[in-house]
Amino acid sequence: MSHDISEENLPESHGDSHGHAVAVHDDPFADPGLPVHEPRRTDIDERAAKRAERQVSLMFVVSMLATIGFIASYVVLDIDKIVYIFPLGHVSALNFALGLTLGVALFCIGAGAVHWARTLMSDHELPAERHPIEADDEVRADVIEQFRTGAAESGFGRRKMIRNTLIGSMAMVPLSGVVLLRDLGPMPQQKLNHTGWEAATVQKPLQLINMNTNEPMKPEDVLVGSLTFAKPEGLEEDAEDFQVQIAKDALMLIRIAPEDIKDSTSRDKGFEGILAYSKICTHVGCPISLYEQQTHHALCPCHQSTFDLADGARVIFGPAGHPLPQLKITTDEQGFLVATGDFDEPVGPSFWERKR
Amino acid sequence: MKKLSARRRHPLAALVVLLLALAATGGLYAAFAPAEKAQADTSAQSLAIDEGKKLFAVGCSSCHGLNGQGSSDGPSLVGVGSAAVDFQVGTGRMPAQQPGAQVPSKKNIYSQTQIDQMAAFVASLGPGPVIPTEEQYTATDANAVAKGGELFRTNCAQCHNFAGQGGALTKGKYAPSLDGVDPKHIYEAMQTGPQNMPSFPDTTMPEEQKKQIVAFVRHTTNDEPNPGGLALGSLGPVTEGLFGWIFGLGALIAVAIWVAAHTTKAKKS
Repeated sequence: MSHDISEENLPESHGDSHGHAVAVHDDPFADPGLPVHEPRRTDIDERAAKRAERQVSLMFVVSMLATIGFIASYVVLDIDKIVYIFPLGHVSALNFALGLTLGVALFCIGAGAVHWARTLMSDHELPAERHPIEADDEVRADVIEQFRTGAAESGFGRRKMIRNTLIGSMAMVPLSGVVLLRDLGPMPQQKLNHTGWEAATVQKPLQLINMNTNEPMKPEDVLVGSLTFAKPEGLEEDAEDFQVQIAKDALMLIRIAPEDIKDSTSRDKGFEGILAYSKICTHVGCPISLYEQQTHHALCPCHQSTFDLADGARVIFGPAGHPLPQLKITTDEQGFLVATGDFDEPVGPSFWERKR
Repeated sequence: MKKLSARRRHPLAALVVLLLALAATGGLYAAFAPAEKAQADTSAQSLAIDEGKKLFAVGCSSCHGLNGQGSSDGPSLVGVGSAAVDFQVGTGRMPAQQPGAQVPSKKNIYSQTQIDQMAAFVASLGPGPVIPTEEQYTATDANAVAKGGELFRTNCAQCHNFAGQGGALTKGKYAPSLDGVDPKHIYEAMQTGPQNMPSFPDTTMPEEQKKQIVAFVRHTTNDEPNPGGLALGSLGPVTEGLFGWIFGLGALIAVAIWVAAHTTKAKKS
């Protein structure tokens, strides 16, 4: 049990010669005292001390050179220069040189300081006794007496109206901060319940625009097994609020052979097997589009929620609370895919006021 | 006598005439009558289909059926097109070694000629995407890499990672890394949607955009240097943090232990 304790730290038990340690055989918990001070080579050999001094200085000098190297590489190396360095591959010469020189400069200061402390600074062990935290009785009695006098002179206990109104005013002050919480932003109102597809009506449907080509699509463009992303007609990528809008409007457009679609409601919302699902995960709103065309599973990369798009986007794995909302689509007179209304339910993560 | 002998026929003359007549008839027949049929049979296309059918019977038919009609072990290949064959066999995915969540790419055991022959056979079963020509997947536009990057992040990055390093899917399936994949195979994969990858047909992603995506993938997996040093799989802050905690902190602990383990005392205990 005591193999890992060096010999001089053990209570003396064999009558050894270095006997400063107090060994009281009838009290196994007695303070063993400090171990004997052993000199270092540098304490007794002046040449060793000189050598250690040179070593420490050398490290500090290397640090200085590295700092000069840092400045030099910053001045000399071109920011675009790419070099091949063996385990790293093709890296920026400037970044590599800056990192290396700064690393060496800092390491050598640290290593020099450690070497200095270990070889040359005094290593005598000094016990420093703590003073008691508690004040002595006289001081305590004096403080308590002063406090009593002060309390009596202020009349805090006697004039109850002042005391109570003070407590009241102190309690009310934080209310100002509570009111200011209102400034955290406008209330979302109905924004969470609707998306950009809200503008679509049966009379004036909105076309589904392919995010790649920025053009409307016909049903024959969307092949079984393909995956296409769509946005509502009129939402332009250079619009100021594009990111805000697309975070709710984004669609994942897939096509499944109609006989493979298990959920008849979902099939009816689609058009000849073309299904338009919200691309926003119902868990915390990550864009979900890891679509497997053979299993018809869509996987969310954030928390592995998995939806079966052939079965009304039912959640088959993971933390998502409800299926992905599906947008009802059809075609207009020109044969382009359109939506005639908004999603039936809010897209994205749940919130307190969500109806279903 | 001389006059008589000069006019007399050799006794074998009749035989010679008969042989000549037969040779002429046969020769003429061979030269004219079957000429059209023979030409059709030896055209490169049908020879390739024939050869491909033989290779298919040996390598593929146990799962896909003798005529590519499919079976319980493999899907029908009618209408998958030559591009699908070139991708699946060219990357070594087919013939599959064993059933499983996903068929991995491995060493390709066929020559390009043999692949083309099998592709010709499968293409003859039904129309489908054809093997692209080199100009179809080689971008010449100077901005192709930038545009391709945008398209890649919209369409591909969700599964293949923003630097094309691949990632996990459900139940043992995965999106493979795009490191070192032949441009032709990248193009064919988008065109045909191999295994669980959705397809990106020309109707929703035009050829020009596929070209740009190929250019981006080639650029980002081959040429792009890492100004910051080790890419660590381009998996983002998780791997970087893991590397920092394990190797960075590990090295510091090792140095601290080394310092403490070496006493400076003159008398070593």
